[in-house]
Amino acid sequence: MNVNRRAVLGTALAATVSGLPVRRARAAGKPLTIGVCSDFSGTYSDVGGETSVACVRQALEDWGAAAKGYDVTVIKGDHQNKADVGAGLARQWFDSGVDLLIDVPNSAVALAIAGVAREKDKAYINTNAATSALTGPNCNEDTIHWSYDTYMLSHSTGGAMVAAGGKSWFFITANYAFGQLLRDQTTAVVKAAGGTVVGDVAYPFPQTTDFSSFLVQAQSSGAQVLGLANAGKDTVNSIKQAHQFGITQSGMKIAGLLIYLNDVHGMGLEIAQGLVLTESFYWNMNDRTRAFTKRVLTKSPTNYPSMAQAGCYSGVTHFMKAVDAIGLDAANKSGAAIVAQMKKMPTDDDAYGQCSIREDGRFMCPSYLFQVKKPGQSSIPWDYYELLHTTPAEQTFAPLATEGCPLVKS
Amino acid sequence: MTLIFGKPAPLLFGQLLLGIINGSFYAMLSMGLAIIFGLLRIINFAHGAMFMIGAFVAWGLLTYVGIGFWPALLVAPVIVGGLGLLLERVLISRVYRLDILYGLLLTFGIAQLLQGVMTVYFGVSGVGYDAPALLSGVVNLGFMYLPIYRGFVVLAASVICLVTWLIIERTRLGALLRAATENPSLVQAFGVNVPRLISLTFAFGVGLAALAGVLAAPLYSVNPGMGAELLDTVFAVVVIGGMGSIGGAILTGFGLGVIEGFTDVFYPPGSAVAVFVVMAIVLLLRPAGLFGKAV
Repeated sequence: MNVNRRAVLGTALAATVSGLPVRRARAAGKPLTIGVCSDFSGTYSDVGGETSVACVRQALEDWGAAAKGYDVTVIKGDHQNKADVGAGLARQWFDSGVDLLIDVPNSAVALAIAGVAREKDKAYINTNAATSALTGPNCNEDTIHWSYDTYMLSHSTGGAMVAAGGKSWFFITANYAFGQLLRDQTTAVVKAAGGTVVGDVAYPFPQTTDFSSFLVQAQSSGAQVLGLANAGKDTVNSIKQAHQFGITQSGMKIAGLLIYLNDVHGMGLEIAQGLVLTESFYWNMNDRTRAFTKRVLTKSPTNYPSMAQAGCYSGVTHFMKAVDAIGLDAANKSGAAIVAQMKKMPTDDDAYGQCSIREDGRFMCPSYLFQVKKPGQSSIPWDYYELLHTTPAEQTFAPLATEGCPLVKS
Repeated sequence: MTLIFGKPAPLLFGQLLLGIINGSFYAMLSMGLAIIFGLLRIINFAHGAMFMIGAFVAWGLLTYVGIGFWPALLVAPVIVGGLGLLLERVLISRVYRLDILYGLLLTFGIAQLLQGVMTVYFGVSGVGYDAPALLSGVVNLGFMYLPIYRGFVVLAASVICLVTWLIIERTRLGALLRAATENPSLVQAFGVNVPRLISLTFAFGVGLAALAGVLAAPLYSVNPGMGAELLDTVFAVVVIGGMGSIGGAILTGFGLGVIEGFTDVFYPPGSAVAVFVVMAIVLLLRPAGLFGKAV
């Protein structure tokens, strides 16, 4: 009986292992490997994870990689939101011939991998982390930062709230690098516009699920705006609980500094209605974004792409164009050569339209200030946003000279 | 405005109340853990998962069957209690004779499994569940706005804790349960079906976790990790209260909720460790916990 059981287990194990994305034997085409390094099981798996993989595959299909003679393998790995796990995975992937590493939510992991990409000279497109340090002090020749960053979030959402009269702020901050950076940059925006910060609580990340104490403190501070410098499930929880404590009913405005479409979906419109937020991509913007989303949904039927996931699509499309332009041999040799080529060409794809990449590795696209619709205004599934304002690319991101990127010659 | 330790008094009253609200979840969960440990000697690491499943069952009942919050308060614990019964009969009953660590590992494995499966189906963000219309809204207490639902949670939790404590400590059934842990073979000799008693106890403890899950569903987002997040604190509560002491678990649960609430005002980054600091101090001074008997 024992032997049988083991045999069964053994077979099951073998089946699991062979199902893993192991590098397969090369077919006759031009070989390339793309690694999606993401959070597949934790806080950020809905805004990265499988939908990011689906977007990468869709990009390859739409660009026609196979028809152009490329044999592209897509592999995936879970960084578990740990910088050491992510860096180790990146090292192992690059050593085994991965040509592009993409996605990577979580700023701490994102920065660790940027170092490895430079060391191994392999292309790295980050579409999912917030920290603007990727194009600041930590920028390098192999790294491109797609989709968004903390500068964009703090200036667009923060700036809009101040302009609308929200002069006094109270922050609830996730107490780690990302939350602190987002709070500090937003504080700068608020102060520059003549506003004040009357209070700030930094809560332990990621152990906190109950925000009621902080919300009551915010309420008793008398501030006009509650700034949430957090992300993912924390944001969803804090907004839900703010709703329960009647924060919005009492006239305080909530500034969710990083909210994805998937978060709005998780909260439901009843609670999320009226929130003001910033994304650089929304599926229901125009015919191209809708067509792209329709195609991706065949691979990710229950989760619509957010700006980070759409960034994977846009990034891979442009990456393939660059590889094709410089030739496979040159591309296999140096990630920096591919990235240099990517910076030379304007980008054009269904998700982001026509944009460009700056010399510090910043993907330059417009950002959109949205307001979440009321339940009655939403007519089709995931129809959640109303466009308030479009910020052109040059104003969306920090001016080139101010970021402290060593690649930028003054 | 009156200041206490440099903080406005109304703010501190508010935190006291919030602390009691959070404490009522700690109390309900740690009570179930204490019952299971006291009677079965199983350190049930799947307790958080049962809490989470309870919340999901309430959500499922509403979404797929149209059964609302009030009936779910009864139905969900029964369903999850049934699941607990099955687990106890099929798996957990096999480790009673082994070292206590095996039970810990087994229930830990069950928790990981349940959490993983739910993550596959619902993602980590989970789903939303609204408070019943009767309990939505806010009352102004003067020093703070209290969501009516949270007030209800405190009342419900207090009643549940009191009733459970009375059953275990003051009824014949409770006396049998306690006797069965002291000396199972003697109780069996009196004609009591001890294995069945134990199974039902496990199901009851798990049902309590599920009930807490239903109560928590409108407060937090219903997500696969919601139980695991609470479990660390709840274990600390059980250890501080004294392993297996039901009254101790209830009082400590409420007490630690309040301590956490005040930490949130005076030093927010420390709120996650406050409970463990208390645990360390208690273990140094009273190794058996505040209400536990030295073994």
